This record gives sequence, structure tokens and C-alpha cells, in this order.
Amino acid sequence: MSGYSITEPSRRQKWVAGTLVVLYALITIMPLIWIITTGFKSPVDSISYPPKVLFEPSLEGYVNLFTTRTRVSPEQLAQLPPPKRWYEEIVRNRDMVIAGPSRYGERFMNSVIIGFGSTFLSVFLGTLAAYAFSRFKVPLKDDLLFFILSTRMMPPIAVAIPIFLMFRKLGLSDTHLGMILLYTAVNISLAVWLLKGFIDEIPREYEEAALIDGYTRFQAFYKVVLPQAATGIASTAIFCLIFAWNEYAFAVLLTSGTAQTAPPFIPTIIGVGGQDWPAVAAGATLFLLPVMIFTIFLRKHLLRGITFGAVRK
Amino acid sequence: MAEVRMTGISISFGLEKAVADVTMTVPDGAFVVLLGPTGAGKTTTLRLISGLERPDTGQIHINGRVVNNETPAQRNVAMVFQQYSLYPHLSVRENLAFPLRSPILRTPEDQIARKVGEVAEVLQISHKLDNKATELSGGEMQRVSIGRALVRDPAIYLMDEPLSSLDAKLRADLRIELKRIHANLGATLLYVTHDQIEAMTMATHVGVLDHGRLVQFGTPRQIYENPASLYVAGRLGLPRINALPATLFGAPPAGASTIGLRPEHIAHDGGKEALVKRIEHLGDQTRLHLSLEGHDLVTLTDVHTKLKPGDRLPVQPRNPLFFDAAGDRVA
Repeated sequence: MSGYSITEPSRRQKWVAGTLVVLYALITIMPLIWIITTGFKSPVDSISYPPKVLFEPSLEGYVNLFTTRTRVSPEQLAQLPPPKRWYEEIVRNRDMVIAGPSRYGERFMNSVIIGFGSTFLSVFLGTLAAYAFSRFKVPLKDDLLFFILSTRMMPPIAVAIPIFLMFRKLGLSDTHLGMILLYTAVNISLAVWLLKGFIDEIPREYEEAALIDGYTRFQAFYKVVLPQAATGIASTAIFCLIFAWNEYAFAVLLTSGTAQTAPPFIPTIIGVGGQDWPAVAAGATLFLLPVMIFTIFLRKHLLRGITFGAVRK
Repeated sequence: MAEVRMTGISISFGLEKAVADVTMTVPDGAFVVLLGPTGAGKTTTLRLISGLERPDTGQIHINGRVVNNETPAQRNVAMVFQQYSLYPHLSVRENLAFPLRSPILRTPEDQIARKVGEVAEVLQISHKLDNKATELSGGEMQRVSIGRALVRDPAIYLMDEPLSSLDAKLRADLRIELKRIHANLGATLLYVTHDQIEAMTMATHVGVLDHGRLVQFGTPRQIYENPASLYVAGRLGLPRINALPATLFGAPPAGASTIGLRPEHIAHDGGKEALVKRIEHLGDQTRLHLSLEGHDLVTLTDVHTKLKPGDRLPVQPRNPLFFDAAGDRVA
């Protein structure tokens, strides 16, 4: 093919654009690479200056992340039976023994429960509300929508103290339910607005056709509207999860024991036995994974979601 | 199949009266075509019967049963929309099966397969059954949405300009197919169109709507030959009926202010001299654009006419229609 189109960029333009994109991507991804590599460094390498680009990888950070350890004297260490597991060996090389599991696993699970729970609830309620706003004659519709949006016009943490007191009175402090409700309350306005936009784009004729084809309104909603709103639901879910997953301030304020999520927990790892940067980095790396996997899983929908409405089929 | 009756139906959207006091009976087994320009209330009439809209006043009967408070599903009607009717997330096969799988019909799978196969055959879309609905051309989409109505056996088929997006060949094929379905199944159809050929060839009855009012209801020939008003006369006929001052060809009947001349109502054997302005050869017909005392009129002539622009041609009315100042028929 020797023909060319004037709307198609030239080979040189593509090269320049591609190089710029790659450079920008490298810059933005640096902190991430830093965190991931630090997780695999030994404590000494992690604080060496200038920073080591090449280093001997170690799983010590990960072992420290998941365990609590006690220092023992070399004499005591010599009397112990030989280590059975590879991670016991890593710990003993530092003159320590494993005392038990750390709380990271628990906190991580709390994050999963609270993050995904509030995401599900936000998207579920948001979809129903958005559908109602999109399709029904709701009295004071515009005012209600504005009110819903107005809950995001200040930083949520501005109402931290009233929420703290409310949670104490209601017995929601440091509970999974409390955190799920809180994150849902923050996310729902975003969910309603995003989803209303997506549902508005779905022509009503589809539901009308389904009504005439013998379905009830609710059946038409879940058989015809929901599948077509999948794009919007996926992108909304990602935004909601990212907020709930990363939220730090409320988690510090309202959780301490049973319902503490990972974000307030990770910094506390530093204090356990010196400045254990590899363990902190390991915790942060693992903490990144669920959102990354979730996003990659929904990426197909998300990409369509971003360009939604730009191209008319 | 069933008789559908509307009595005193009105509905307003805001200040606009979309349908005003319409009383009309679609007899069992009839093929009724609704005519009227955009905004005349044709689509709204279909939506009222289907149950997608509720009338402000009046009653709708299907098979003698008042259905005003029934849902579209309970009314058992099938509807072909003008556009946007295929479910984009489903395949063609699933689209066709969708009404059969509804909680009201709950058709067994083997019957669904048979029915979908039959309808696909009729509409020549068998080879596309496993395509996504969005992978079809406009014509194929419209055939599938007609098919989605045909898989059912409803009280009435409601069709909103179903053939308007198709090319001429396919439109002609489907016209014959719809007529055949009507004849074979004894189906009752209420059909909205702008197309004169569809109205004249398929309809057993034609209803003409004007600003939400039903201004005439009758057989296609009655509507064409015996229109109640100039408005109705203008709905059918190509080229359109010529409306001229009634006195142009001598003394009109009492009260007449307009003479309506269809192209075939203009004889060329004597009368007033008109000037030939333009000649359009359409192949099967030749149109003459004439000027008579400053009034334009269009008529038909011999396909192989020797007339040229600038020629003079005598014209006189033959069986004309007369209308009063309000447009109502006088004679």
C-alpha cells in the first residue's frame, strides 16, 4: 500500500508522539518502580546513597511485613533447632525468631471487605437512583441532583468531627459496616452523576420495546438497560473502589482495631524494629495489586467508558 | 387477532394536544394505515394503543376489553419502532427470541428455535442469525425488528414506518411480504407511513390525522377519490393535487373557493391555454409543470411527449374537487 490519508499522522509524527508518551510514562511510573524495587531490597540497600539500581533481591521485606519477630542472643539462637522454612532462615540471619504473624493480612482483608463492599453498594444504589433520575418524573429532580452533588463540594474530612461523634453514638466506630456506609455516602454522589450520564445515553426505545415484548419495567431494566450500562457501571465501580481503597484520613480517625484498613496500618510498620523500608514498600506493593487487577479486569469497559459518547455508532 | 377500538381518546403533552378526541375502530383482520405529516399524532396513536402512553380521556378496547389500565405486556400487542429497536447487546437470534422468552409467553426452546427459523427465512436474515445486532446494515436491522414482531401472535401489530429506512427493492419485497402475512394470518395491523404506495397497496382502511384529529377514515380509494377536505386530498397522490382558485375555470359550485385538480383531472383537449414551463421525464411517467394565469400546476402527459418548455397547451378540469375557504369539501 502506497496510498496515504491526510487524516493519518505521518511516520515521523508517530515516532515523535510515541517517544513523548513513553518518556512521560517513564517519569510517572518512577515512584511505582521505586516502591516495587525497594520491597525487594535488603534494609541496608534500601537506605544506601546513592540509591542502588542493581541490588541483590531479597524477600526480607515481605517476610517482615507478614511476621512479628523477637531478637534473641546468639547463644539462644545456637540452641534452637535448625530453621524448617526459608523465611525462618531469613529472620535468623538477623539474630531474630518469628514470634507470630503480623496484622497486615487482617488489615488487608479489612480493606478488601470495606473497599469492595462500599463499591458494590455505591454502584448498586447509584444505578437505581440514576435510572430513576434518568427515566421518571421525579419532583424537584434538578434540585435533588444538585443536592446530591453538593455533598462533594467540600472535602469530606471537613465533617470528620460530626461523623466521629455520630459513629460513636451509633456504635459504628471501628466496624466494617460503619466504614462501608461512610465510603458509600461519599461515593454515591459520584456514582449517581456518572451513571445518570450513561443511562441518559441509552435510548428509551429499548425499554419500551421490552415492555411491549412482554416484560415488566424491572425486567426491562435488568435485561435491557443494565447490559448496556455495563460500561458506565464498570468505570463507576473503578472510581469508587479507588477512592475507598486509598482513603486514609477517615480510616485513621474511625478505625483502630477490628476494622482498620491497610492505609493507616502500613506506616505503622516503620516503627516495628527500626526503619524497615523494605517491609513498608512490600506492604504498599501488595496493596496496589487488587485495584490494578480490578482495573485491568474491567479495562475493556473502562476504555469504552472514557470515549463514551464521543463516537456515535 | 382482535378488533381494536378507540373512543374519544385525547392526550396532551404540555400545552400541545397530540391526539384530540379520536374515535376509530380497527376491525379484526384489517390493515389500517395512518397518514398525516410529522406531528399529526400518528406515532402517539400507536403508543396509546400499545400502552406506552396513557390517554387523558377516552377508552381503548382490545377485543371488547377496556385496556386503559393494562400494561403493554398485558395488552399483548407487537410493535415495530421506527428506529433504535434492536437490543444491541444481543445477537439477531436472541433479539428474535426475546419476546418469546418473556414471562408472559414462556415459549419452550424447541418452539422458539422453529419460530425464529421461520421468521428469519421469510425476512431473508437466516444467514445473520448469529451476528450481533449492531453488526447489521440498516435494512437488516429493520427486518430483524419486524421479525421480532412477527414471531408473536399478538392482538394487533403496530408498525411505525417500518419500511422507511429500507432501499426501494427491499421495501417492495417487504411490502408484498407484509401483505401476504396479513392475508395468510388474518392479522390485524395498524401501520403508520408517509408512503403513498404502501398506503394504497396494503391498506384495507386509511385514517388521516391532522393535528391529532382523525379527519377521515375509509378505504384507500375513498380517501383518494372522495377526500373530505383539501388536507386529506393532499395526503395521497403524486404529483400532489393542484389547488387553484375556484373561479379559474368558470363558475364554481356555491361556497367553493378552491378547485382541487389531481394530475389526472386535467384534460388537454381544449380549454384555457397554459404555458409549459418544465418537463420531467421519470421513465414511467412524464410530468408537465404548467403556468396558468400566474398559477403553477403539475400534470401528467404521454411518456414520449413532443412538448417543450415554452409551448402552449390547452387545459380544462375533468371531475374536479371543490373545497370551501376552510378547506372542506363542497363538491
